[in-house]
Amino acid sequence: MAIEAPAQPPDAGSAAVTSVLDGEGPVTARPKTTRVVSSDVAVWSRLKEVWRSRELLVYLVRTEIKVKYKNSFLGLLWSMLSPALTLAVYTLVFGVVLHDGMPNFAIYLFSGILVWNLFSTGILTATGVVVNNAGLVKKVSFPREILALAAVGSAGVFFFFQACVMVLFMAVLHWAPAWSLLYLVLVALVPTLVLSCALGIFLAAINVYMRDTQHLVTVLVGSAWFWACPIVYSFQTTVASRLAHHHLTWLYFMNPLTILVMSFQRALYARLTPPSTYAPHAPLHVLPHWSALTYVWGDALVLAFALVLFYVAMVVFGRLAGNFAEEL
Amino acid sequence: MRTTAVDVQSVSKRFRLYHEKYSSLKEKVIHAGRVPHEDLWALRDVSFEVPEGETVGILGRNGSGKSTLLKCICGILQPTSGQVVVRGKLAGLLELGAGFQQELSGRENIYLNGSMLGLSKRAVDRMFDDIVDFAELGQFIDNQVKYYSSGMYVRLGFAVAVNVDPDVLVIDEVLAVGDERFQRKCMERVKQFQREGRTILFVSHSPDLVRSICDRAVVLSDGEMIGMASPGEAVRLFRERLLAAGDVLGASEAAAALDGATAEQPPEVRVLSDPQSVRSDPQSGDVAGGLPPLRLAPQESRPVRFTEVTCLLPAAGERPYVLPGEPVTIRASFEAARAVTGVVFQLEVRGDGGTGLFRTDSEILGVTCDLEQGPGTFEFRLEAVPLLDGSYDVNVGVETPRGLSDWREPACSFEVMNPSRSTGFVAVPVSGALVAGGALQSVPAGR
Repeated sequence: MAIEAPAQPPDAGSAAVTSVLDGEGPVTARPKTTRVVSSDVAVWSRLKEVWRSRELLVYLVRTEIKVKYKNSFLGLLWSMLSPALTLAVYTLVFGVVLHDGMPNFAIYLFSGILVWNLFSTGILTATGVVVNNAGLVKKVSFPREILALAAVGSAGVFFFFQACVMVLFMAVLHWAPAWSLLYLVLVALVPTLVLSCALGIFLAAINVYMRDTQHLVTVLVGSAWFWACPIVYSFQTTVASRLAHHHLTWLYFMNPLTILVMSFQRALYARLTPPSTYAPHAPLHVLPHWSALTYVWGDALVLAFALVLFYVAMVVFGRLAGNFAEEL
Repeated sequence: MRTTAVDVQSVSKRFRLYHEKYSSLKEKVIHAGRVPHEDLWALRDVSFEVPEGETVGILGRNGSGKSTLLKCICGILQPTSGQVVVRGKLAGLLELGAGFQQELSGRENIYLNGSMLGLSKRAVDRMFDDIVDFAELGQFIDNQVKYYSSGMYVRLGFAVAVNVDPDVLVIDEVLAVGDERFQRKCMERVKQFQREGRTILFVSHSPDLVRSICDRAVVLSDGEMIGMASPGEAVRLFRERLLAAGDVLGASEAAAALDGATAEQPPEVRVLSDPQSVRSDPQSGDVAGGLPPLRLAPQESRPVRFTEVTCLLPAAGERPYVLPGEPVTIRASFEAARAVTGVVFQLEVRGDGGTGLFRTDSEILGVTCDLEQGPGTFEFRLEAVPLLDGSYDVNVGVETPRGLSDWREPACSFEVMNPSRSTGFVAVPVSGALVAGGALQSVPAGR
């Protein structure tokens, strides 16, 4: 891993000697950073190096988006179209065919999908990112973690577009969020990003050595993990009572995504017990009656977990990154 | 004293060579813990320092660890142990072109590369036109690089690397690509960098290039650094190592060729000369500066070895040097392990600093030799050495149809003393005459 550290003050003698060499520019006299290439660089110095390369991060995010929609006719529009189409299908299936009476099911669904897409797109893209950028990894030195971070960053950009679709949607349906709890979106967003980065960095490194990771992650995240989160169904109406009966509620909440998804739903869907569209006088228990503090604490716990995971991922990545160039 | 730009501190790099590559999960689980592999040390404890402003070449045969070393210096590979400290911004060009993202256009790749080198967008904006000009890409700059020809690719890579104002430039055998004009342009830029006091590290297969632009060179062999020396000395080390390893010659192939060559005619004794001139035998003379012979491991693959190479000077008894225009004979005694046909003897004369002055071989002179088993002697007769003052190294080689069999560098040397006061390299026969407009006046002797 290569890291840069501020230069030692150059000794006066060197400047004197080298300035004789050229009249064209003070090439040798200008301040320089010192870079150490070694297999043993601390996580903290690598993070500083990542921070120093933030401009590259921004550029790679743009590259990632550009490459994704290169040669496609609709281009960036796809980032809004694809969730809209997914939404249409789910609304049709669960709102009309398997109708359970939840009013404005699409809003409920979309609030969960928003955060889910950020997470899953982030880690799915990140998993393949080192392998897909072999051309760069084999030729240029830069903090490799940036690639995984850029993948999550591009997912963040897509999240923004989808959030715009969501706002549009809510405006059209005259559906007001819980204004006083809207900050929960931000509170849940931070752990989502950290968690995506942590898993993304970890999986990107593993995938270089085991290419199955990509396929495995697609299956696990794309289906198993998705259905483990209360996105398409409601925790309160569907699984809560059964889980409580078997004393397994804790297990359900071991999934860090659960509380994040529910935070989004609490802020955006906002209605805890809306009247069922079947029987207007029988309220439907869509969301639990938790205080805002419960959500904040839950999110904070996930954040703490995600930070630990992030550290572990950085350590693993650091140990594996040294041989990326030869494995690709 | 100058500061160190690149400090390589006992760098070792181990590669694991797996006999089977298990990169899928299933295979990894099945073979967990007992994957057969060999450790290959691509670099072993390599240490050297490159002072700021110096140009250092890296020589070594294929697989000697040159590229691995450069990758470690660039930070693309991490050394297994040891570390590299680089002071200043480093731009590298490894193998074919820089790291480009295939899907992006040349323009976007310039910005991407710039940001990877830590440049801001504004800084790249300033350099952009220079880069495009240098790369001679013109309107292609907005095409995706995956449609670029390999020449365009390399030009763009080089243009980016030299225009981003690096303190340390690392080049890996990329100068071999591109047309001659572009190569010249690259060399000019490299020389400009030298004048500006930038540090350059570069790998080349061409010893001449190393000789002409490097201040020093590192010689690698099988991952070990066998020396860091002046270019001339380093090239000698490199050539010796090349021969000692028998790399020039496929050993088994050569043996097979020799087995087939049994019925050989007795070698004809012939005096080699350029067709237009025939001259008598040279005077035998003193040995002027022979080097101790190379110790080469006995190998079947190199049937002809030199035993002694001497320079025979015309007036050996009186003076240990020649005058400009005098003849010199290079006498190479050799030992043939078996009868070999189609043998070519090579000659190279180099001046101070290793400048190649003259190179020829018996094939160019119109003959090849069929050697009998046993000792023999071959002579190159330089009828006149039209050189001025200096010490000249003579390298000789012998080549069988299967490859180089022996090479001595320098095999011997001779000195030329110039009694006249003309200066330069070449003793051009010259006189002066005032054709009209006055009278000639002799210069008094002693002035």
